[in-house]
Amino acid sequence: MKFGVVVFPGSNCDHDAFYAISDVLHQPVEFIWHQSEDLANCDALILPGGFAHGDYLRTGAIARFSPVMKSVEKFSKNGGLVLGICNGFQILLEAGLLPGAVMRNTGLRYICRHVHIRVENTATPFTQAATPGQILKIPIAHNDGNYTCDPQTLAELHAHRQIVFRYTTADGRDDAAGNPNGSMENIAGICNREGNVAGLMPHPERAVEAALDSADGLVIFRSMVEAFVGAAKATA
Amino acid sequence: MATASAEIKVTAEIAAEHGLSAPEYARVQQILGRDPNITELGIFSVMWSEHCSYKSSKVHLKRLPVRGKLVVQGPGENAGLVDIGDGLVAAFKIESHNHPSFVEPFQGATTGVGGILRDIFTMGARPIAVLDSLRFGPITSDANSASRQANVSAETISKNRRILDGVIRGVASYGNSFGVPTVGGEVCFEPCYSQNPLVNALALGIARKEDLFFAKARGTGNPVIYVGAKTGRDGIHGASLLASAEFTEESQQKRPNVQVGDPFVEKLLLEACLEAMTTGAVVAIQDMGAAGLTCSTTEMASRGGTGIEIDLARVPQRETGMTPYEIMLSESQERMLLVAEKGRESEVLNVFKKWGLDAVVVGEVAEGGLLRVKDHGQVVAEIPAHPLAEEGPVYHRPMSPPVPAKESAADWFLFAPSDKNLTENFKRLLASPAIASKGWITEQYDTMVRTNTLAVPGASDAAVVRIKGTKRALALATDGNGRWCQLNPRLGAIHAVAEAARNVACSGARPIAATNCLNFGSPEKPEVMWQFSEVIDGIAAACNALETPVTGGNVSFYNETLGHSIYPTPVIGVLGVIEDATTVLKIAFRNAGDIIILLDGLNDPAPVTVEAASARAAGLACEFSSSEYSKSLAGLVAGQPPAIDLAAEKRLQQCLLALASSQSIQSAHDLSDGGLAVTLAESCFAAPQLGARMTLEHDAPAESFLFGERGARAVISIAPAKLDGVLYLARQHGVAAKKIGHVTSDSIFSIQYNGSAIIEESVEALRDIWSHSLERALKQ
Repeated sequence: MKFGVVVFPGSNCDHDAFYAISDVLHQPVEFIWHQSEDLANCDALILPGGFAHGDYLRTGAIARFSPVMKSVEKFSKNGGLVLGICNGFQILLEAGLLPGAVMRNTGLRYICRHVHIRVENTATPFTQAATPGQILKIPIAHNDGNYTCDPQTLAELHAHRQIVFRYTTADGRDDAAGNPNGSMENIAGICNREGNVAGLMPHPERAVEAALDSADGLVIFRSMVEAFVGAAKATA
Repeated sequence: MATASAEIKVTAEIAAEHGLSAPEYARVQQILGRDPNITELGIFSVMWSEHCSYKSSKVHLKRLPVRGKLVVQGPGENAGLVDIGDGLVAAFKIESHNHPSFVEPFQGATTGVGGILRDIFTMGARPIAVLDSLRFGPITSDANSASRQANVSAETISKNRRILDGVIRGVASYGNSFGVPTVGGEVCFEPCYSQNPLVNALALGIARKEDLFFAKARGTGNPVIYVGAKTGRDGIHGASLLASAEFTEESQQKRPNVQVGDPFVEKLLLEACLEAMTTGAVVAIQDMGAAGLTCSTTEMASRGGTGIEIDLARVPQRETGMTPYEIMLSESQERMLLVAEKGRESEVLNVFKKWGLDAVVVGEVAEGGLLRVKDHGQVVAEIPAHPLAEEGPVYHRPMSPPVPAKESAADWFLFAPSDKNLTENFKRLLASPAIASKGWITEQYDTMVRTNTLAVPGASDAAVVRIKGTKRALALATDGNGRWCQLNPRLGAIHAVAEAARNVACSGARPIAATNCLNFGSPEKPEVMWQFSEVIDGIAAACNALETPVTGGNVSFYNETLGHSIYPTPVIGVLGVIEDATTVLKIAFRNAGDIIILLDGLNDPAPVTVEAASARAAGLACEFSSSEYSKSLAGLVAGQPPAIDLAAEKRLQQCLLALASSQSIQSAHDLSDGGLAVTLAESCFAAPQLGARMTLEHDAPAESFLFGERGARAVISIAPAKLDGVLYLARQHGVAAKKIGHVTSDSIFSIQYNGSAIIEESVEALRDIWSHSLERALKQ
């Protein structure tokens, strides 16, 4: 399964995503420059973390206009797997590939630390290798991760099981104590209605080896590989 | 002949306004064989400023040990380089950005980080870590603390909090966006930094040995290319007026002298420079930091033994109507100057175009050793580059020790009776800003980007980053106790080196090299120069003994406001190598039942005579008066720093390395600020659900034993089965190893001293105080 990591000017977790896929997951992976409309025959795309275009104006607001985003949209409409991590999530929100928006963290400060998130839906290609309700220890590193949306969108997220991850305490409580940034309903990550586009604020690519204090993030990438292989088998 | 911008006739008075003394100006006239024009005067004034020329420090810096078998590049280039094996070199250096950070905390801090990052990637090394060593004025007004003693007003305290907030946000904003993990450093508080905070930033990068780049212009006719952000009027005279003069009440008017940072452009510049370097068409490269275009052209030409000719009309400009003087002196950030191979410039230019950055051929390497600056073809400055860069003034400034304070035993700390319960005092110590956790600050830094960080801030005594593709990791620590250097500059400097190296050793790394940032008052004061000289001798002695040659650094003078100097504050960064990244040591206790051992490089025999015991008691009081406990609880800063024995320090560090590589210990944490009790508590705080029970016996007063800060010591914990082996290894290294307690599962922290319960409290209560005091203080 071939992954593509999209590189915007200012992306800075591109190398980390690349390393997780190539050196830990042992899957082929390629960088895709934001000016390119050619997705190099990739089977799945990762929009990595960072500060695309400096995140001046608003996070992801400029990056959504990069030429590559047209191809990303087309790719997703055809059912291709797209994962947005942190800034990549913000870009997917701005591009309208995922619903809602993120605001400044309620503490008005950048936060970088390990948090716990609970897998709310294991019927997605990003979580199918996880157990229902599994708690993952994964770091966050952002200024703007405070997810919000209008009531109608929230109702749709519920109705279609699009809330994929929620922040919790270490023992799994999704209350204020487990919420690092003020996010609505402790939402840490969501997917589109079709389930093939997902975004989350935490960084699974930073939690792929015990030496990094957690390897819990691997389950997300493994799920993607499983889903792809499964789909390939089904069509074969 | 230079005439174009000679509307202003340069006189000795104008030269003086530029900070050039009469003899310096005479030397300028001698080098040129004529009077300079205003542009040339500007160029000389920045190149010969204290900040760029090291004119007051040069004669002393020569005494530092700079050679070693791993040193690839010592002081004099953009950063020091050391061989770390596997064909790789580490580039690292520390620099100050103190004055700008007082005038404009956020931008001062961002541009400090930006500047040191450019120094690293200029050499072809990708930055992999940043550490920040910060000093602020007091942010609390505890009844007995030293801030009360120094009569720090509420207004000053609130200003100090604002400065801290701006600096922290600045450091975070730049590093986080650029994508380099900010993995450590320290934050200290003393009244002397109220009007003059210190912001010292250290960056570390790695490169393949064969891929290094240097700032030496070569090849007559080779194009000189300007890349990066456009030039504006910001930062003009940043180096000469801001960094090379003390502060007065008018200093806020110098805000326009502070540069503005853009981490996004720096990130593009990094990627573009590293990519351009792979084309093979880059001959030399230097960043434009202090003194901008002036310094980069002059130094590249001087180092290469060539001349450089540029035309300012081609320099990308952000503002209209800039004069040659302004363009040459601008300190706009995120700019580089490089020399490419003639005929291959398009390969280089294309890379920068891809990254959306300006890249323009502004001139060429020329014969004759002249820096020739033109504006629309007309010569506006013409100066021999070598004398400009290398033959600036050098001063043997007068030195004299300050009058020593007349102290007697009555002025020193009065120890409480040894059976007094110290739990409340301990809590107050844990709450003091110096000791309390800095987690609230370091959580604002991205500590993990690039997924190499094996020890985030506070997890180990040093920051540890692995090197992907090898088995190795690098460890880095910064240290520097200004209070001790004020009391005894030489001894304080020795402690700074020893502690940084000890921290590195406690992470399981072998210390291999050092970098230093020397923050001092005005060099024109004989007592400041004496402090400087003493500090240099201290660093030299310690770096020699611990085999950590100094590979570079920075001197920051004129850290004074309204005539008051800061404490002499050398900040030492020590780099270490861990051969096997899986053997990193952290501070956290690991398992209940593990044995806690105090390692001491110094043999500590009990005194045999009554006289010896009494002399020792007086000595303990004297050195305890300089401790954090004495300052925080008694408001007393006096006496002397603890005595130090570098041989003992070396023994301890070698013992720690042997223990780490044999994988026989569970945790290691050195003794420093707050002494043994704080060290033990921090090892508990880092271990959820565990406690520790200590049974100590000694003839020293309890406070001295628990909170004294003598070096050459560390606390380790081991599985009981490993005890004999650990004791054997310690003995082999001449290090005393004493069982002092056990890790427990009951979450109680207790210390018994000579049979009395001195400290007893739940770990949770203590952890809460330690974890949240800083944040609570700042939110008051």
